[in-house]
Amino acid sequence: MYKILKACNLASNIFLMEVEAKRVAAACEPGQFVIVKMDERGERIPLTICDYNREAGTITIVVQTIGASTTRMQKLKAGDSFRDFVGPLGQPSEFVSEDIETLKKKKILFVGGGLGTAPVYPQVKWLHEHGIDADVIVGAKTKDLVILEDEMKAVAGNLYITTDDGSYQRKGMVTEVIKDLVENRGNKYDVCIAIGPMIMMKFVCLLTKELGIPTVVSMNPIMVDGTGMCGACRLIVGDEVKFACVDGPEFDGHLVDFDQAMKRQNLYKTDEGRAMLREQEGDTHHGNCGNCN
Amino acid sequence: MDVLKKVPVREQDPKVRATNFDEVCLGYNKEEAVEEAGRCLGCQNAQCVKACPVSIDIPGFIKEVKEGNFEEAGYVIGKSSALPAVCGRVCPQETQCEGKCIRGIKGEPVSIGKLERFVADYARQNGIKPKKPESTNGRKVAVIGSGPAGLTCAGDLAKMGYDVTIFEALHEPGGVLVYGIPEFRLPKDDVVKPEIENVRSLGVKIETNVVIGKSVTIDDLMEKEGFEAVFIGSGAGLPKFMGIPGETASGVFSANEYLTRSNLMKAFRDDYDTPIRPGKKVAVVGGGNVAMDAARTALRLGAEVYIVYRRSEEELPARVEEVHHAKEEGIIFNLLTNPTEILVDENGWVKGMKCIRMELGEPDESGRRSPKEIPGSEFVLDVDTVIMSLGTSPNPLISSTTAGLDTNKRKCIVAEEENGATSKPGVFAGGDAVTGAATVILAMGAGKTAAKGIDEYLKNK
Repeated sequence: MYKILKACNLASNIFLMEVEAKRVAAACEPGQFVIVKMDERGERIPLTICDYNREAGTITIVVQTIGASTTRMQKLKAGDSFRDFVGPLGQPSEFVSEDIETLKKKKILFVGGGLGTAPVYPQVKWLHEHGIDADVIVGAKTKDLVILEDEMKAVAGNLYITTDDGSYQRKGMVTEVIKDLVENRGNKYDVCIAIGPMIMMKFVCLLTKELGIPTVVSMNPIMVDGTGMCGACRLIVGDEVKFACVDGPEFDGHLVDFDQAMKRQNLYKTDEGRAMLREQEGDTHHGNCGNCN
Repeated sequence: MDVLKKVPVREQDPKVRATNFDEVCLGYNKEEAVEEAGRCLGCQNAQCVKACPVSIDIPGFIKEVKEGNFEEAGYVIGKSSALPAVCGRVCPQETQCEGKCIRGIKGEPVSIGKLERFVADYARQNGIKPKKPESTNGRKVAVIGSGPAGLTCAGDLAKMGYDVTIFEALHEPGGVLVYGIPEFRLPKDDVVKPEIENVRSLGVKIETNVVIGKSVTIDDLMEKEGFEAVFIGSGAGLPKFMGIPGETASGVFSANEYLTRSNLMKAFRDDYDTPIRPGKKVAVVGGGNVAMDAARTALRLGAEVYIVYRRSEEELPARVEEVHHAKEEGIIFNLLTNPTEILVDENGWVKGMKCIRMELGEPDESGRRSPKEIPGSEFVLDVDTVIMSLGTSPNPLISSTTAGLDTNKRKCIVAEEENGATSKPGVFAGGDAVTGAATVILAMGAGKTAAKGIDEYLKNK
């Protein structure tokens, strides 16, 4: 069992948990992820690591409720436990193994969209701890969905926040901020790391390709085991089929086939939605009655 | 009674079982077991034992069954095998023990597998457990993977007095026994779990949710955690795909994914969260045991199921019994047929599979006649789901993070056949990680061999 030491809501449907997981905390690096199975009936859910504390042996995860298991997970409190918590999985971000002096000369731009702000955080923090301050753009639908602002402020070089509805700081999409920084302010970036909804990563990549900025994205497709065994997370990158769990989750964003990936993402939408409704509404929702379809 | 024939074993009616996940074969009762045991000739120079990868004293245990000493029969098997209830169900006896049975020269061989199953089930139902060794030598050995190879190796080492810890990547121990082989062939709660508990009762510790190469490396286990030797039984690995157009469409699964969702995650049950897409018309591509398992699972989830295999029935790699069961249940076999493209609708979903008819040419390097396309024979199979069951390639998680561990050109770990030793001192390996996808019993044989190899290595260290 993996004890939950801290649990709090960051927004109505986004929550943060600090979990005791000694082996994961000892081995993880920015860019990697974990798989959590809350109890016997739960799904194996891949989640990005938001923070880690090697001394305390803890991992911080940030979760958005999207399915039956995550909805049940949000009800857990500090003192409760997860049945299973495995990791770190996937490859660490490439810069972790880069020569630090070369890295220091680079100008890095991070883009975190919605929940994607969470996996961006440990990367920016790692760089900050190694004496590198990166620019960070955080995008969210609305003010209430901006997460980890204080934490990010403490480790980022410049932090730009934008909301789709203009309810907080800038108004507009993250791509507009990138454009503004590069075209109006003349900022030069050697690499962009964009993590967020697939549709956001797709449009960031279209733009950065135009602007000539190499871009890394982190893919979070459907997975089961997370160790390469099932192949559910396969993606088309360049002309090759890659498994996000063992080859990724980070890939060259200019080579990822996002349209394909988004279609696969919908694979279980109906089934998952049904399981969630069953969770929320008890036995009232059976599926296949024809009333809801 | 006809002594030339096996005592028939009771099975669930095909029409009934096609709609449930309960075990197909119901096994022998006491009377049937004693009667079948009476057919054993008790050969002095028993060929069956030589054909058993773990060398069970087959005439020895059958003699006990004949005399009604079922508990004693269990101890005889227990000396050689840690997983008799599993092996009695999934071993390919027809090509091993039963294939060499002298009884089988004239008539049918003794039903060794069903007798083994009976003995193991009897022991479990009567609470008979293997005994924990009285003292341990305190020397720590790590076993990676809790499938058939790992469980066997760990059990044997524990019996020798070693302090054994198994590291399992998934949340349940059992490896392919829990994620791969379906419930209707190998019940999880009734058969697999008690067998794993038996290994635990020998003193073996099992730590789940540890991915070796990620959570911790082999070097760390040996240098920081005090393990003097390591056995790698990490299994087969990454599923293969064909490389044809449309393969990343929604509705195309690897057999591994489909079976893992159903078996490990229990997606077939409403009270578990994991979804599975049953499909209305399902094509399973491949002809091995895994293909049969996937096909029969899809059938039970309510689909019409086709096996698509490029060679003929004679070359099907699956066990005869599995093919027979699949046919009885209503699986449709499209033999001498190969997919060329998966057709995809505008939303990215499978809407059909283009296939071509094949004919057999000359035998290839595997000894099987190689299939050739018949020009102009293309047709479209009307399916909404495709399950690829084409085998696996080795998982690089361990080999890529362990310096000094040699792999061959197929990326399998290289290990000595006689003792399981790898190129790295103190590290042994066996099972699918070494051979590529094979059978439960061969993996158990390799685990057993490696346990002896590890014992010799540590005694001389």
